[in-house]
This record gives sequence, C-alpha cells and structure tokens, in this order.
Amino acid sequence: MRWLVNVLLFVFMLVVMALWVMLPWYAAIVLTLLLAAWLLLTRRGRQALSVANVGISTLGQRLGSTAVIVVGIAGVVGVLVALLSMAEGYAETLRKTGSTDTAIVMRGASASEVASVLDRDSVTLIQQAPGIARNDKGEPIASNELVVAANLPIKGGGPDEAGSVQLRGVSEQTWTVRPQVKIVAGKRFTPGLRELVVGRGAAKQFAGLEPGQEVRLGTQKWTVAGVFASGDAMESEIWGDASVVADTYRRGSSRASVTVRLADPQAFDAFKTALESNPQLKVDVTTTLAYFSKQSEGVTKVLRIIGITVGTIMAIGAMFGALNTMFAAVAARAREIATLRAIGFPGLPVVVAVMLETMLLALIGGIIGGLLAYLIFNGYGASTMAAGSVGKLSFELRVSPDLLWTGLKWALAIGFIGGLFPAMRAARLPVTTALREL
Amino acid sequence: MKYLHLVWASLFRRKTRTVLTLVSIIAAFLLFGLLDAVRTSFTQAGQSANGAARLQTGSKLSFIQTLPKSLLAQIERVDGVKAVTHANWFGGAYQDPHNQVFSFAVAPNYLDLYPEIVVGEAERKAFTATRTGALIGERLAQKFGWKVGDHVPLQSQIFPDKSGSKNWQFDIVGIMHSSDKKTGGFYDQMFLLNWKYFDDTTPYNQGSVGWYVTRVVDVNQADRVAKAIDALSANSDHETRTQTEQAATASWMKQLADIGLIVGSIMGAVFFTLLLLSGNTMMQAVRERTSEIAVLKTIGFSSRSVLAMVLAESVLLLMLGGLVGLGLATVVIPAISAGSGGMLNLPSVGAGSWVLGLALMASIGFAVGALPAWNAMRLNIVDALARR
Repeated sequence: MRWLVNVLLFVFMLVVMALWVMLPWYAAIVLTLLLAAWLLLTRRGRQALSVANVGISTLGQRLGSTAVIVVGIAGVVGVLVALLSMAEGYAETLRKTGSTDTAIVMRGASASEVASVLDRDSVTLIQQAPGIARNDKGEPIASNELVVAANLPIKGGGPDEAGSVQLRGVSEQTWTVRPQVKIVAGKRFTPGLRELVVGRGAAKQFAGLEPGQEVRLGTQKWTVAGVFASGDAMESEIWGDASVVADTYRRGSSRASVTVRLADPQAFDAFKTALESNPQLKVDVTTTLAYFSKQSEGVTKVLRIIGITVGTIMAIGAMFGALNTMFAAVAARAREIATLRAIGFPGLPVVVAVMLETMLLALIGGIIGGLLAYLIFNGYGASTMAAGSVGKLSFELRVSPDLLWTGLKWALAIGFIGGLFPAMRAARLPVTTALREL
Repeated sequence: MKYLHLVWASLFRRKTRTVLTLVSIIAAFLLFGLLDAVRTSFTQAGQSANGAARLQTGSKLSFIQTLPKSLLAQIERVDGVKAVTHANWFGGAYQDPHNQVFSFAVAPNYLDLYPEIVVGEAERKAFTATRTGALIGERLAQKFGWKVGDHVPLQSQIFPDKSGSKNWQFDIVGIMHSSDKKTGGFYDQMFLLNWKYFDDTTPYNQGSVGWYVTRVVDVNQADRVAKAIDALSANSDHETRTQTEQAATASWMKQLADIGLIVGSIMGAVFFTLLLLSGNTMMQAVRERTSEIAVLKTIGFSSRSVLAMVLAESVLLLMLGGLVGLGLATVVIPAISAGSGGMLNLPSVGAGSWVLGLALMASIGFAVGALPAWNAMRLNIVDALARR
C-alpha cells in the first residue's frame, strides 16, 4: 500500500515537472498569487504559514545543512545558465549579423559563402534584379564579395602558432549595404591598394592588427588601415578590397556572394523570384537573417544539449543533497510536528510548511546561482571555429532574462522534489511513535 | 583492516542518509567521467606515434588555398622523406547540403601512409582500378546504411563537373576500419575518392593539390624535414607551411574551444558542492554517534584509532560513490557514442581519468572527514557520556 502511494507520488511528480517546464513566467506569478492568497486567507493556509515560520526561523541554527541546499542548487543553476548563455550568445551574434532588409545571393546548393563561386556574368546579372535599393546616383546598393581564409599569428601564442581568420573581399558599396559597420580607429581601406580594415574581435585575437601596422598574407605585405566595430559576427573578420583579395588568392573575376540592400523587406519575394526564375543563373537567395540563423543552428543545438546534460546530472546530485538535508530537518523536528498533529493540526499544513521551507532555500540558491552566472559570464568573451566560416568567431556569452528564468525554474523544481518526500514522511509519521521517540 | 566491518556498520547506520549522499557522489563522478572523456578526446586527437611521423604541408596563405602538383616530385627528393601523398577537400554532402560528409580526393598511395586504417587487399585494388570508386569508413557506412557495391550520389558544395552540375556519382568498393579507436575515430567517418577522377571531372581544380602528407624516415628528424619542405617554395607565389600531424591537430582543437577551461570550471563547481554535501553528512554522522564513540574510547580504543576510523569512513563513502559513478561513466560513454550516430566519438574512461578520479575521491574523503575525525579524537569521554 505504502509503495503504491510512493509510486503514485512519483508519477504525480513527473507530471508536475512536465507542466512546470512549459510554464511561462506570468502563469508562475498567478500560481504564486494563488498560493499567497490561500496561505493568508484560509484557516489551513494560516496554519501552514505558522508551522513554516517555526521551521524558517530555526534555519540559522542549521547553517551547515542549509548551505548544502543553497550552494548545491546555486551550483546547478550557475553552471546551467553559463553553458546555455554560451549557446545563446553564439546564436545571438550570428542572428544580429543578418537582417530582413538585406539579402545574400550564392551559387545554388552552397552551404556557406566559402563554398560558393559566382562568375563575373552572374554577378552582373544579380545586380540588375528588381527590388534592390538604389543610391543617389541610381546605382544598385550591392556588395560583391569574396570570402577566403588567411593565416595570421595568434596573440600571445608561440612564434610559429598561426590561426585562421576569415578574410572578406568587399566592394565599395559594402559600407552602404551594412550601415552598422563603423570605423572606430584609423580609416577605411583605399580601393586598389593592399590595405585592410580589421574587425574589433579579430584585432583582439590576432597579433599585429593595429592601424598603421603591416601584416603578411602569404608572401605579400598588407597594411592595416583601420579597425571597425559592428557588434556582430562581422567583427571577427578582416576586410580588404575584393579585387585585390581576388588577385592575391588567384580568383580572377569570380566572387563568392553578392549581398544587396533591398528597397524594403517586402521586395525580397520579387527579388528572389526574379533571380531563381532566370535561366542564366543557378543561385540561392536568402535574407541575411535566414542565412546567418541557419549557420548557428547546429552549434547552438550541440551547446544546448551539453548544457542540459551537465545540468541534469548536477541537478540529480543537488536533489539528493536537498532530500538528505530535509529528511534530517524533519527527523530533528519529529516531536514538534507530532505535537502539532496531536493538538489537532491536519497533515496538509505540515506538508505545505516543509515544502515552503525547501522551496525558499531553493529559490535563494537559484537566485545566487543566476546572479553569479550573470556577474561572471554576461559579456564574457569566447571564440570558436564557426560553422560555415573559415575563421574564428568571437562572441560574448549572454545571460538573458529568459535564461535566468529557466535557471530559477530548475532551482524550484529541485526544491520541490527535495521537499516533497520529507514532507510526506513528516505528515505520515504516527503521532504516538514520534512523541515517544527520544 | 580488522576494523573494516565496524567502519562499514557505522557508515550504514542511517541507510537513507548514506544512500542519498552516495547518489550525489555518484552523480558528481559520473559527470567527472564524462567531461574528462571529452577533455581527453580533445587533447588526444592526433597524438599517436603515426601522427608524429607524418607531416602535413598546406598553403601558408590559408588552408583553403591549393598547391601545384609539381611540388610532389620535389618533396619526394627531400632527404629523410619516406613517402609522400596528397589529398584535396571535396566538400561532399549527402541529400541535404547541410548533411556533410568528410570527403577527400586522394592519391592512389594515400592509404600507404596511414597504416592505422585497415582495408582489405582486394578492396584497395578495386579502389585503384575503379575510376568512380570510393572507400568509406565503417561508421559512415552504418550512418547511411551503405554497403560495398552501392552506387551513391554525393553533392559537392564546392566543385561542379564540366556541365556545371554538382551531383557526383560514386561506387562504393570497400569499407575502412581504424585499428586505433582512441585516436583514429575520425577515419571511420571518412569518404575517400580517387584524385584522378576528381581532377578530370571538375574544371576548377586543374591539377592542383589541397595538401601533401609526408611520412618521415626518422621521427626525430621531423622538424628538419618540415623546414626543408617549406624551403622548397620559399619566396614563390605558393609558400607552404609544414607541421607534424600532431601539432596541426592540436592547433585546430585549440582554435575550436578552450575545453580544459570549460571542463575545469564545471568540475570546480561540482566538487565544491560535493565537499559541502558529504562534509555535512559526515558531521551529522559523527555528531549523532557521540555517545557511541565515547563508549569505544571507554573500552580501550585509542584516540588515534578513532580518528583513523572516522577518516576511513569518509574515504570509504567517497570511494563507494566515486567507483560506482566512474563505472557508470564507463558504461554510458559507449552508449552515447553509439546513440549519437557517429556525431560524437568519445574515448572510454582511460587510465589517466581513473587515476585522477581515485586521487580526487581520496583527497575529498580526507578533506570532509578531517574535521569530524578531529572532533571525535578530541572527544572527552566523561563529557560525552554525560551529554554535556
């Protein structure tokens, strides 16, 4: 019989957890308000509150075992949030790189810009398509680009240690296509010369990328003209004039992609249809938002799975720690609880009181963990070889309110399970046995 | 040793508490086993004897730049070179452009330089003889359900054929097995095609080579040979950069992620929590046994043996949990590798991880047992029995 109840309890718990994971924050507020109302307005609620008060006021005397719950849960939430913020920061950086009012055209079935090759005729045809915004002179605002890799010495690395950076050859229109790109030091490169502008992220990772310095790309010497900031994935790249880059890499007049500014986001469909129905062209057209979001998908998914796996294993550990502490707490108070029952308190307030105590500790742990993750990791610089690119991508970890909420939900879930079983034991303890115990 | 059953009995005096604590310890060491496997798979990649004896020569400009084939004969003449082969990145994908296959167009003697890749003699002959032949790794074969004799289409993301179509046809002629799963798991996912077929079919390659692989006669001469190879093309328009396969792989892994730092910080958080948790358990356990310890001392146990017994109890607790946790990791890791369909290829818990794990168990055990053991040793019999 008892086992059956425990099994039912377990199933109930799983259902609660499943619902809990999907719960949005406003529903949680409603739940909290309902609980508060029940505690304050009903007789049972007030009883539960006063029993909980006794438990909570003695927390200070059990500092060691209380800390097990708080620190254990803070650890889970901190690690979980930190790992998920990596996924979030990575996805966010790539998402920001794209927008709905710019489109990228590549050769058909190319997974990324690096793999795409467009010949000179295609590039010209693409620029004539309808839907492209035009500048004052009536020219289409489109940047014909070439994406290659360059080996550069890593900052702080050994003498022979080189890393790969994505080198983008761009045309003059690029500054109009991507108005978010701002020069923060030095000046733009001069078309036709071996000059580079380098992204802020790239300048941080590779040695010698400062305005006025010279870097070697293969046998050639290039001068760094300036540093640019854009707040997105472009910052990890270095840029030069497309025709000069094509010369260095022996690419002739071919280009990898054309990025165009659309007259307005609605013009995309017309632009796409015009290019894809053109029999002379075999190209894929996507908005840059869709392109860069797609690039981040795989890595983000892997990072999320890692975060959740590590979080789950840690959560199991923390949950059993909480169970242990609360069983001990209930055992220490067995007499008090039995006395309450003997003078007429029903089981429910006792259960609720123990649960309240655990959830409170879990909440504190969750808040500490989230706060620590936020303070240490929000804006923390990281880098990795990005999918679909040939260079290192720098990005910042991002602890969003959404993630903090996820962390709190985990904390409360651990507290819920950690409190439920000890609470049930407290309520079930036969009054006479408990009173007679030591 | 003769007190073992006494230590054991006191450990399981409160079954619930001990079991709950054990589960926490198991979780922590399971995580340790998994993460350490990930870390080792990063640091061990390419760190084999074969990897030290092989040099990779690529363009100094960038890894996507190609080199002229004329370099092959020149490298062969360098003193200390045993054999040279070459390969190109093919960039194949199956069905969906994002469904990438690690595919390389290789010279006929490519496999001679990789003795750790096992292929049947007849299958190798078939590969050389069949223009459109392909050798595939066993994991890749499993993933797509391919077998010898199958005719498979691959889409190259980079290279079209003369008519502009990027759909290539291949006939699978053999399956490759890597003999060393620990460092060569990657070979089981490769797709090799004939360089000649590749070069003849696409108009974009025109006899160029992605990179050269050189096997040196003497491993200790590797650096000198690497410099000699780079000197061949110094100041030309195709300067090269030669590294041992070991160094090249390590540098790639480093660029991918600073895995040591990530694993280190997670484990730091985990073990800090564990310290607190098992420490709390031990404190509780000793506190509630105060009068029993007083009795032990009364009947003649020395203070030192009481200290040793409490320490033994906490080390035993950690060892029990830790061994089960690491054992679980040993079982779970192959399951994960198999379940991910070749996406993840983790080495099993190695000797290094076991040693590190055991050291951690012992030191955490001592750390958490120290304070309660000290208290137990200093216990005054009269005070304890009088419950003062």
